[in-house]
Formats: sequence, structure tokens, C-alpha cells
Amino acid sequence: MKTLLEFLSLSDPNVRLVVLGTTLLGAGAGLVGVFTLLRKRALLGDAVAHSILPGVCLAFLVSQSKTPYILLIGAVVAGWLSLLSIDFLVRRTKLKADTVIGLVLSVFFGLGIWLLTSIQQSGAASQSGLDKFLFGKAASITSQDVELFAWVTLALGLVLFFFYKGFKLLAFDGDFARAIGMPVRLLEFLLSTVTVLSIAVGIQAVGVVLMASLLIAPAAAARFWTDRLSVMLVLAGAMGVLAAWAGAFVSYTAPSMPTGPWIVLALAFLTGISMLWAPKRGVLGRRLRQWRYTRKIAQENLLKTLFQLEELDGGEGARYSRVAILQHRELETAQLSVALRALKRRGWIEESDGLWRMSPAGREQARQVVRRHRLWELYLHQRLNLPADHVHAGAEAMEHLLTPELENALQKDLGFPVQDPHHSPIP
Amino acid sequence: MDAFWIILTGTLVALCCGLLGTFLVLRQMAMVGDAISHAVLPGIVVAYLLAESRDSLPMLVGAATVGVLATILIEWLHRVGRMQTDASIGLSYTTLFAIGIILISLFTRQVDLDQDCVLYGEIAYVPLDLWIPADGLSLGPRPVWILGGALLLILSFIGIGYKGLQLTTFDPSYAATLGVSTVFWHYALMSTVSLATVVSFESVGAILVVAFLIVPPATAYLLTDRLPAMLGLTALFGFLSAVLGYGMAVATNGSVAGAMAVAGGIWFVLALGIRFFKKKIISIIRT
Repeated sequence: MKTLLEFLSLSDPNVRLVVLGTTLLGAGAGLVGVFTLLRKRALLGDAVAHSILPGVCLAFLVSQSKTPYILLIGAVVAGWLSLLSIDFLVRRTKLKADTVIGLVLSVFFGLGIWLLTSIQQSGAASQSGLDKFLFGKAASITSQDVELFAWVTLALGLVLFFFYKGFKLLAFDGDFARAIGMPVRLLEFLLSTVTVLSIAVGIQAVGVVLMASLLIAPAAAARFWTDRLSVMLVLAGAMGVLAAWAGAFVSYTAPSMPTGPWIVLALAFLTGISMLWAPKRGVLGRRLRQWRYTRKIAQENLLKTLFQLEELDGGEGARYSRVAILQHRELETAQLSVALRALKRRGWIEESDGLWRMSPAGREQARQVVRRHRLWELYLHQRLNLPADHVHAGAEAMEHLLTPELENALQKDLGFPVQDPHHSPIP
Repeated sequence: MDAFWIILTGTLVALCCGLLGTFLVLRQMAMVGDAISHAVLPGIVVAYLLAESRDSLPMLVGAATVGVLATILIEWLHRVGRMQTDASIGLSYTTLFAIGIILISLFTRQVDLDQDCVLYGEIAYVPLDLWIPADGLSLGPRPVWILGGALLLILSFIGIGYKGLQLTTFDPSYAATLGVSTVFWHYALMSTVSLATVVSFESVGAILVVAFLIVPPATAYLLTDRLPAMLGLTALFGFLSAVLGYGMAVATNGSVAGAMAVAGGIWFVLALGIRFFKKKIISIIRT
């Protein structure tokens, strides 16, 4: 706890640099990643990250300096070249996008490694000092780096802000954007440029291999929580920042730990949580809704069965054993017990000596289900001209789905009928 | 002699990866191959820690299992988590790779692996890594034997499973009507790819594995549509990449693995040129 407070107070100037730097990178990559994800180009980011290496090496070779700005120019040029080659190969050959991405990625990266090692004439990249591009050296971020990150993130934010409308349209419906005369090429160029830029700086925090995660994970996690682009951008940016802080904190407490991989693990954790817990699109939320729905169907089916049994015997308030219920309708015994208990709790059925009967409230519920069932059968029979012996299955599903409004509309459309196609009364 | 061993190792890796890569490329799963080749890292580290030896069979199998796990994770994120395929691929392998790197930094002393070797391997040191049995007679570099064994395994896998692989690759629904299980062949292929990756990993690193998985098959695919021809051309381009790459590396004193990947790219560009040139010639003749 004490270390956490120490860390958060940012009193250590070195920590301040690392945190500031990774925060900028995390936020930038998170924002840009939203668009690459929505445009189904998440793995392009991976390719660009790998392809940047030869650019950095060549920039270093030509300029003989390690000034971040010069290396960045080389990186952006190489990143752009890789995007262009991918685009060209996908359009002009029969190779599929995934093959082309893998091809460009490995050849460019191989070129980078080859250049890097020949620069040093040693066969090992680590001595050149450029290996921070390979694995990211967040711990050694300098104030000059942070300044660069700040400029890049600012530029990125401005571009996103001013072209928000265009990017939004591009992300969801590129063809439509083109059709209404949007400058799609310009927008794509801008978007690619900010993507390459944020990748070029981002790999200094997490390295080439893990850059894909910094780009994809925040957006993928945010996607679970919302359908709105603006909310998604805010969430993705925030998750990028949060993960960056977590990674920086781990390597602050354990200096031998690399920051980048911990940022990636934090991102994976955030994504996992989002995937499970997000209310609407999360796995648990979906499972819960599914479970509630099956439970509701089982209960309605049980009520309907009791109603039909009463109809057969012609008496309200008759009692039935589980066996009698099961004879009329096949239900799983476990499911039956659960449904019986749930209905009893709601006061819709009563039990005495192992015999069950509906309460007046329960009968009203059951009547509605049966009415919806028979109305739908009649509708299928009369309006869609289905034969009477073909309408039952459809009604079995629709009886659980019809809303009161639809039910009224059906009644009106069918002229307030009293009998279904099988001549059973519509209650 | 060193040149011979290095080129032989490169060729063996090229064959192991390329032949399987052919199927990945045709199945549009090239990036899954990329993901597997990164994801096996934690498996390799853990296997090192447990087995305390480099190339025992259990270690190879254990590490390869993680590769298969990665493909299951990718599928799971996509099916159950409803994530986009590209996002699930990107997330799975980066997470596993990150775990691998963290394990390496945790157990630096116990694990004879470092981050650089993970990415671009140490194929140049292959000739030094000799296999000398008890009788003291050198049998040549150890990796060559391991890769050779893996290649035999892969060749027999493709030989025995040719029909199944072919059917499930080109027409999964027809395969299903014949009772050929697409799921079985999918995982059989993924397991073999994982094995090839693990075996190649140490000598050439992740990058060259990806390069050899994808680049020679892609080059071959530009030139032919027939599976047997594609396999043959893949093998040819793999060999040529190893030779040219070694030459380039020696000439510049650079990384052999990197140069071999670039050489693969050079053959690809040549094939692309032939392809476009051929179209031009035909159109000139016709007019």
C-alpha cells in the first residue's frame, strides 16, 4: 500500500517520466485502436509495428544519430510503405489479406533485423541501443521521448477531433461515405498516418511484438460495454492509460520486471473482465438473459399445461399430480420441479398433498399464454393460409414472444375471434 | 562446413514450416500460424524449467501443447466471447507472448533463453551445437537431427493425411458430407504447426518461423493453383531462401535468420514480377 501511494504521488522523477510517457502512449494507441478494430484491420497494426524496424535502422544509418524525431521519420516512412505494399498485394494478387499481412510483416521485420545486425557488424541487436524498439524499454524513457510522445498524442487527438464525423462514417460504412462524396482517400490517409505514428511511438513502451495488444485490447474491451463510438473512444483511451499505469507500477515495485509485458497482461485482464461482465454484450450477461428466458418459457409452458388440463376436465380449481402434468406435456423432471417451485413462490399455483392447482392470478397468466398461442395459430391459418395442422409449432415459440400491443393488433386484425383453427376457444 | 550446416538447418526449417504453411495459406489461417509461433514461448520456458534439458521429447510436446491451446483460445474468444477474429488472434498471442517474456525475466538464471534469441534465433551457432554421444564420435549439429526428425514426422503426416487435409482445405462442406471431420484435421494441422514451431524456434527464432510458414507458400501460390505443385514449389523456394539468405548474411555479416526472411521476400518479388510479366506477354501476343 505504501509503495502504491509512493508510486501514485509521482515524487520520483524517473517514475514521473515513465508514467507520463506510457500514459500518453496508452491513451493514443487506445484511441487509434478503436478505428483499426472497427474497420476490421486490427492485425494491420501488428504488421506496421514489425515493419517499422527497417525504417528506424535506415534512419539511424543515414543520420548516425539516435534523436527520436529522426528515427520517427524513418519509422513512419517504413510503416507507410508496409501499408502500401499490403494494400497493393491484396488488390493485385490472389493472395488473401491474412497471408499478405504475415508476408509483409515477416519480410520487413527480417530486413530490420538484418540491417540492425549488419550495422553493428556483430550479429547481435542488443548492442546498438536500438533494441528498445524490439522489446520496448519503458523504464528508460527520457524527457525528450516524453516530449515527442506528447506532440504525437496531441496531433492524434486534434486529427481525431476535427475529422471525427468523417472517421465515424469511415469506420461503420466506408461505401456510404464514398457515395455521399466524402473525401474518403484523404480520411484514410489521415487515419493511416495517425495509426502509424502512434504505433511508431508505442513500440518504445511495449516493443514490436506486443504493440498489437496495445492497439487491439483497449478497443476490444471497450466494444463490450457500448455501441456508441464516442463512449468507446473514451473507454478505450481510459483502459490504455489504466494498463499503462499498472505496468509502470509493477516494474516500479520489481525493477527487474519488464514494463511492456505487464502492460499487456493488464490489458488482457481488463479485456477478460469486460468480456465476462459487460452487462449487454458480456458472456455472463448473455448467459443470464438466456437462462431467464428459458426459465420464463418453462414456467409459461407449465401454466399452459395446467390450463389445458382444466379445460379438458371442464372444472376450474382441479388439482393435478406431477404425473398427470407430465402425461399431458413432456417436461424434464428437474425443470418441472424448478418451475413448480418458482410459480408457487409467485403465488400463481398452490400445492396440497403433492397435488397442484392454479390460483386465480395464475389462471389469468395461463389464459394469456393460451390466448397468444391460439391467436397466433389462427393468424397463421387465416392470413398466411397455413393448414391447421401446421400452425402449432410456430405458435409454441410465439406465445412467449408476443407483446400486449401485438396481441391487440392481432385481435383487431382477426376481428376478435373466439375459436382457433382447431376449434378450441380463445380464452 | 559451417555454411553447409547452417544452410541445411535453414532448409530443414523452411521445409518443416513451409509445407505446413501451404495449408495455412490456403485455409486463410496465415495469421493463426503467426500467432502460434509467438504463443509457444511460455510453453518453451515452462518446459525448460520442468525438464531442465533442452530437447527432451516431453519438452517438445509440452511446448507444442501451448500452441494448440492458443488456437483453442482464439476460437473461444471468437465463439463464446463474440470477439472479432482478428482481435482474438491479436489478443491471444500477445498475452501468451507477454507471459513468456515475464517468465524469462523471472527465471533468468534457470532458463537459458534470452529475449533476442526468442525473436531472431541463433542459427549462426548451429554448427557449434554438436551432438556427441557417449562413444565420442561427433554426429554433426544437434538441431539438424531434431529438425530432420520433425521433418520426417511432418512429411508422414502430410503423406498419410493428404486426402483429409486436401478435402477439408478446399471444400469443408463436401468433406463433411463424406464424413471427413473438419475439426479433426483442423486440430491435427494446428498440433503439427505447433510442433514445427517449437522445434524451429530455438535455432531460428519466431521471426524466421513466421517467414518460412508464410512467404514460400505465398510465393508458390502466385505461380500455381495445384496443391502438389504448390508443395513442391514451396520446398524449392524455402531451399533457395536459405541459400540466398545465408549468402547475404555472410556478405554483410548480419543476422542469418533476418537475411533468410529477406531472401524469401526477394523470391516473392521475383515471382510477382514473373506473374505480372507473364500477363503482359500474353496480352502482347494476343493483340
